[in-house]
Amino acid sequence: MALDVFAPWDDPNAKPLIQFRNVTKRFGDFTAIDDLTVDIFEKEFFALLGPSGCGKTTMMRMLAGFETPTEGQIILAGQDIGPVPPNKRATNMMFQSYALFPHLSIWENIAFGLKRDKMPKDQIGERVEEMLRLTRLEKFARRKPHQISGGQRQRVALARSLAKAPKLLLLDEPLGALDKKLRQETQFELMDIQETTGTTFVIVTHDQEEAMTVASRVAVMDHGQIVQVSTPDVIYEAPNSTYVADFIGDVNLISGKADPRGERLHMHWAEGQPAVVGSPLDGAAKGQDLHYAIRPEKVSISAEKPENAANAIQGEVHDIAYLGNISTYHVQLPGGQIIKAQSANNRRISRRAFTWEDKVWLSWTDTAGVFLER
Amino acid sequence: MRRMTWFNVTSLTLGFAFLYLPMLILIIFSFNESKLVTVWAGFSTKWYGEVLRNTAFLDAAWVTVKVAFISSCLATILGTMAAIVMVRAGRFKGRTLFSGMIYAPMVMPEVITGLSLLLLFISLGMDRGVFTIVLAHTTFAMCYVSVVVSSRLVSFDQSLEEAALDLGCSPVQAFRLVTLPIIAPAVISGWLLAFTLSLDDLVIASFTSGPSATTLPMKIWSSVRLGVSPEINALSTIMILVVAIGVITASLINKRNVVRQRREEAAAEKLA
Repeated sequence: MALDVFAPWDDPNAKPLIQFRNVTKRFGDFTAIDDLTVDIFEKEFFALLGPSGCGKTTMMRMLAGFETPTEGQIILAGQDIGPVPPNKRATNMMFQSYALFPHLSIWENIAFGLKRDKMPKDQIGERVEEMLRLTRLEKFARRKPHQISGGQRQRVALARSLAKAPKLLLLDEPLGALDKKLRQETQFELMDIQETTGTTFVIVTHDQEEAMTVASRVAVMDHGQIVQVSTPDVIYEAPNSTYVADFIGDVNLISGKADPRGERLHMHWAEGQPAVVGSPLDGAAKGQDLHYAIRPEKVSISAEKPENAANAIQGEVHDIAYLGNISTYHVQLPGGQIIKAQSANNRRISRRAFTWEDKVWLSWTDTAGVFLER
Repeated sequence: MRRMTWFNVTSLTLGFAFLYLPMLILIIFSFNESKLVTVWAGFSTKWYGEVLRNTAFLDAAWVTVKVAFISSCLATILGTMAAIVMVRAGRFKGRTLFSGMIYAPMVMPEVITGLSLLLLFISLGMDRGVFTIVLAHTTFAMCYVSVVVSSRLVSFDQSLEEAALDLGCSPVQAFRLVTLPIIAPAVISGWLLAFTLSLDDLVIASFTSGPSATTLPMKIWSSVRLGVSPEINALSTIMILVVAIGVITASLINKRNVVRQRREEAAAEKLA
């Protein structure tokens, strides 16, 4: 490979910074984390993604030390941190509510952790100035948290949690309180800061776009378990289940029966319709229940049946969503199923080729989608 | 602003008259020349001089302040602790009963509180005096402090304390450096409330005091039984003045903080 890609998870000799070993956490009868094992490597930007109640926040709180695992071990840099209280851990956390101390100035907020470490006064001053520069807050050092804007508060929270140079920084929905534009800007800022400081970041979020943007790897969680953990592109292009495919981005799901034919796998999904053709799935037996996931942007829409297309189905335009840069067509198939197809509006104010109730052809190549067992 | 109708004006006048006329009469007659309370005989401040020369009154005043100070401090500590437990402990068996028991002294008739404490002190063989009044006042003022502090703690963001722990504080440091400064206004108003309650309590103090300790309300009550004197009027006027100054100062400080905070928040909004 020409470029030296950062991928310690593919290197069998790499030593993980954090290891969850068969960790289970129960609150009474409720199992928040169910026998979870995962490795997180140094300098990673690791995202825990899932709907609310999936256990992602519990995982983060266990890393910070606010919860202890019921079973299993959490290893940080070779040490089991189960019995270590939060104030003795080399981790720092940025809270969803920012949790800035309202009675202290921005400067004192950032210095708070350093003072607890009994750092000499002049060094504290230097470190705080450095953090203020990093987060571009020099002008606000003397202000109180309620005297600055939401975006600035978010940066103070980040500066405060980074000031102690933790081995691991935990970010709990760090951008949840910001509006969309500011959030996108801040995502890039976060990535820059993560690269500059070389700190390992673990971020909890329910926003899949945010996870995809910032993270080196994303763990998609459901019901206390990690369903898939991989790089954003793999999660998007090769989800391992319909849950992941559906949670990340927009997807069309078709269910049917497998029919392996050598190089290609066919799936019969409706009477009188051509089978869906795609790359084979290991271990798929004839007649087995299968799902086919294909992203809307990989489905082409045309008036005439395209020649040589591996997959082509005719349907009727049911709905059109114009989003400016793209248009999404909801096409109803004869069986009633709706397939979404996206086309980029790469010409300005072009006349729309299709309108409601037009008969159209949907087509895609045999590598555009993936077959899934579950 | 809406115009004042005659109805509003009348209600306001009647209401204020009902509340303040008795006090106004008391204040006016404290400046009465005559020894007779109900007969006006010209302006004089001589009764104020009498009060300040009356050692029995001054002793009682000193006892009252001492009791109020110590009991309000103790009540603040215990009440704050109770509030923290009630807000933080979450759900446990008997929580409702427990919290009900903390607040019970608020609705308990004072006579019963006083009587039960008296019986307790007798059965323990304790000499009654300043110490027993302090204990009694602490028990009943504690619940007021706990109500005031817990109402503030409910809106206290728990993650602030977690952030302090995360940044290297021990639990005790986290409380001292973060929680306490933030809930301080509630703790202070709880203390003020406890102080005032102790200052003007007559019933419980009468039950739990001994011959060695007489508080000002007890002294006033016992002298009034021998007939109201202009001296008492003067003394009461002083008390009204002291309490009024205290209440007005507290509310002014509070209001100034609120106004300043609003202004700063508005400035921050503009900046954003």
